[in-house]
Amino acid sequence: MDITAKTAGELHDLLVQKEITSTELTHAFLDRVRRLEGQVQAYVTVTDKSALKRAAEVDAKIARGEAIGTLEGIPMALKDNMCTEGIRTTCSSKMLEEFVPPYSAEVAIRLQEAGAILLGKLNMDEFAMGSSTENSRFFPTHNPWDLERVPGGSSGGAAASVAAAEAVYALGSDTGGSIRQPAAFCGVVGMKPTYGAVSRYGLIAFASSLDQIGPLTKDVRDNALVMNAIAGHDRKDSTSVRFDKPDYTQFLGKNIKGLKIGIPREYFGEGIDSDVAKVIWDAVAALKDLGAEAEECSLPHTDYAMPAYYLIAPAECSSNLARYDGVRYGYRAEGDDLISMVRKTRAEGFGPEVKRRIMLGTYALSSGYYDAYYVKAQKVRTLIKQDFDQAFGTYDVLLSPTAPTVAFKFGEKSSNPLSMYLSDICTVPVNLAGIPGISIPAGFVGGLPVGLHLMGKAFDEGTLYQVAYAFEQHTGFHKVKPSTKEVAAHGLE
Amino acid sequence: MAWSDTYEMVCGVETHVELATKSKIFCGCTTEFGGEQNTHVCAVCSGLPGVLPVLNKEVVNLAIKAGLALNGEIAEFSKFDRKNYYYPDLPKNYQTSQYDLPICKNGWLEITVDGAKKRIGITRAHMEEDAGKLVHSGETITSSDESYVDYNRTGVPLLEIVSEPDLRSIAEVVAYLEQLVQILDYTQVSDCRLEQGSVRFDINVSLRPKGTSDLGTRTETKNLNSFASVRHCMEYETERQAEVLDAGDKVVQETRTWDEGKGITISLRSKEEAHDYRYFPEPDLVPLVIERSWVEEIRRTLPELPTERRMRYESLGLSEYDAGVLTSSRALADFFDEALSRYADAKILTNWVMGEFLRLLKANQQSVLDSPISPVQLAELLELIDKGSISGKIAKGVLEDMYATGKDAALIIKEKGLGQISDEAALAEIVEQVIAAHPQSVEDYRAGKERAIGFLVGQIMKATKGQANPSLVNKLLKEKLS
Amino acid sequence: MVKFVKISRQAVEHVALLARLELSEQEIGTYTEQLNTILDYAAILEKLDTSEVQPTAHAVPLHNVLREDEVRVSMPQEKVLQNAPDAENGFFRVPKIV
Ligand SMILES: [Mg+2]
Ligand SMILES: [Zn+2]
Repeated sequence: MDITAKTAGELHDLLVQKEITSTELTHAFLDRVRRLEGQVQAYVTVTDKSALKRAAEVDAKIARGEAIGTLEGIPMALKDNMCTEGIRTTCSSKMLEEFVPPYSAEVAIRLQEAGAILLGKLNMDEFAMGSSTENSRFFPTHNPWDLERVPGGSSGGAAASVAAAEAVYALGSDTGGSIRQPAAFCGVVGMKPTYGAVSRYGLIAFASSLDQIGPLTKDVRDNALVMNAIAGHDRKDSTSVRFDKPDYTQFLGKNIKGLKIGIPREYFGEGIDSDVAKVIWDAVAALKDLGAEAEECSLPHTDYAMPAYYLIAPAECSSNLARYDGVRYGYRAEGDDLISMVRKTRAEGFGPEVKRRIMLGTYALSSGYYDAYYVKAQKVRTLIKQDFDQAFGTYDVLLSPTAPTVAFKFGEKSSNPLSMYLSDICTVPVNLAGIPGISIPAGFVGGLPVGLHLMGKAFDEGTLYQVAYAFEQHTGFHKVKPSTKEVAAHGLE
Repeated sequence: MAWSDTYEMVCGVETHVELATKSKIFCGCTTEFGGEQNTHVCAVCSGLPGVLPVLNKEVVNLAIKAGLALNGEIAEFSKFDRKNYYYPDLPKNYQTSQYDLPICKNGWLEITVDGAKKRIGITRAHMEEDAGKLVHSGETITSSDESYVDYNRTGVPLLEIVSEPDLRSIAEVVAYLEQLVQILDYTQVSDCRLEQGSVRFDINVSLRPKGTSDLGTRTETKNLNSFASVRHCMEYETERQAEVLDAGDKVVQETRTWDEGKGITISLRSKEEAHDYRYFPEPDLVPLVIERSWVEEIRRTLPELPTERRMRYESLGLSEYDAGVLTSSRALADFFDEALSRYADAKILTNWVMGEFLRLLKANQQSVLDSPISPVQLAELLELIDKGSISGKIAKGVLEDMYATGKDAALIIKEKGLGQISDEAALAEIVEQVIAAHPQSVEDYRAGKERAIGFLVGQIMKATKGQANPSLVNKLLKEKLS
Repeated sequence: MVKFVKISRQAVEHVALLARLELSEQEIGTYTEQLNTILDYAAILEKLDTSEVQPTAHAVPLHNVLREDEVRVSMPQEKVLQNAPDAENGFFRVPKIV
């Protein structure tokens, strides 16, 4: 029995039935990490000692006959932009290479209280800026389906770790598609919750009005289970919403007969690979088989979402990243006076993509351009939100590809920032509107996974889980794993 | 010839007031003054990666209260913005402040200079966070090789109050600032401890030829923290600008700093870019919607303000000057009012408060709030004088003892045996002894020299160490000698 | 309507100062080119008439999120300074400011 292939739901049963211990489970994952990391490189930091210590505590609890929670004793990992007290948190940046937070992110605390076993911190595009994890200052993460290809980004480490079974599940963050696009590229389930559903406290900010934390999991049930643990109001985050948090698993297994699915035609424009589009249309057929009603619809301002996003996100990032100045924490370069110290620190501590966005954002906010760029983009944001509001007057869920293509090769897009930005074209509008979006495995093109993107009304993650689960159980794509043989061919096992 | 014969001064002031909350604006750290460096600091106010702010409700309450006391309009919708600039005392390298939708707009207050009343406009008042403190290795920032940063003050809540450029003389500026601080003190929006930097003034001043209406180029001198330094700084800066203009040169628009030691303002122009603060709405905080019921609830907590109080004192028969001194701080006026509730003669009370009481505070370098004498204790002392238990002269000494020991007047009088001898039998004996000892004076008096009785009274007072009741002594002497 | 303008090399240098980034001559050139490409792409927004549209700063409309004025314990000084690149006597130390 390869226990690393199992879902959190399955592992919980095994723990409760005492068929395995959390310590055995944790060892199994740490072993696998050791064997695969040379190729996948999903982890920036592995916290084996503290993981085994936590596992022993959970085992002791089980031995005492106490009941354990659903996620208790189960190994997982966090994207390295979520602060963990006493464990270095780098954002895959030279700037924070040595940074050890004196506090933990709210999600880290909630998972710790749920008994999760933290295996380590996961690689990402530096400060979550990128769509391939090539912008990590340490090393790129490889796609377990094809090691020559990127895992997507910026939560590339999170998606790859789950796909390669180096963690049962992971938390990523999504500002313009950073959970969903890598989930699609790596063939796992990735949820970007409604803005305000999951606390951002302790998430190192990229673009505050767009960032959300969410789970990357092997299947839809696990995703709902992790959401149960992390979602809900947090008074430390002023943008966190008080809402009636449901048990997200209650939506699993509900049939989708009569459910209305809108397919915005703007999401199938040029740039969308025709093979990817075909997989999505097959998915639509499958959903219709299950009784859903699907039809084309229109979100007329979709084309304006990307340019608006590439003004708003950099503007916020230019301000959020101002604090990295070499004074209080992080990298510091030598300089004759304060200004030269700060300018050198930031020149050396940040990579090119981060600097590019800081430059763009600073420019968009600067005097004389603020109205033309920033305010204009915020007005466009209003129009995009209105598009969604209108569509959700008719449809329960909207559907699109998650990404226009399957995972691309290293270096393929890294020389042209704009072409890289366009890989988020289907996911970005969702962040601008603050609504939830999920990517689930929907098939393959050339042996590489394709993600189906479902978008829902604000705080209606439940319906997304309902549709996603029905689709998953009907098609079974989530059960196809990157083959051990293929991985072995690259010398992984 | 003074510059004021040629030029007219135009001045507006930005005042930063520390709001009297227990905790900081966006985190739970204490706002207490002092403390060892970097000990009133948490993840949030030190700007660690990933932290988020949560607004302190009391900051909004106090800002509304100040806005009402300054006759301003309280916004129905208000929001926070980020003001982006790099400085090491600013942990996030942006200050969370308010830009286009401040909590209060269009206020005013009234000043009186040389008997003339004038209304000074208040453009706006907005909430923001304070920065930290820099300590320099050398004497000044420019002569230092390195600086040290203490973030204890970062995140202390401030209200920035911006006046209209309505001020036309240094006297008006000082009157405006005094009046403003009084109002903030009365409303207890701030503890107004100027010496601790809880109120700071930025002075914008320009000159223009008399009779013209275009504004001249202004300079801004930042971070003055006393009325005296505002006065001295403005005397210097107006003189300096006048000399520049007289020489046919142009005043440079710039930020300057006041060097208290040298008594000059110094340009802070850096080689750096002109300021471009790149304000944008703070995404980590949500807007404020201020219902009118909230505003009315706060309006009901407004106390009697200094102007109303001065008028009440004047109606008790006090002079305008006395009423002004008594209302100069809320603490003093409260002290006076409490004493007045026990001792009804406002004039006598005023003489004692403004005379002996303030003299003692000044001599001990203490404020009314630190006074060891309570208003009730002062009232009791005055009652004892009225009852004839002690003379006014002795009462001054008693007040000093009260100040030193905190004891009640009656106890001090008893312990020190200071009570006046009002016992007729005891005094009569002394009177007879004195008459017997000074036959010449007795003869002089009987011969019609009225003044001789003064000598005899003096002798009796001497014999009783001043404790004899003077009116009783007079009465007894006259009886015996008639 | 405000028109998008081409960003000049000098503007890039000015922005680099505002953003406290020290850029090499080559980087200034690269960024000038790339920012123009991105802004060119963003110029599509000019086509939209947004004169009647209110800007959206927050994805989810919330207001009056407030906390009570309660003091909580601060961090110990050594924790405050734990990541400091340069500290002395409980202070963060920085090079000369002007
Ligand atoms: Mg200010
Ligand atoms: Zn704090």
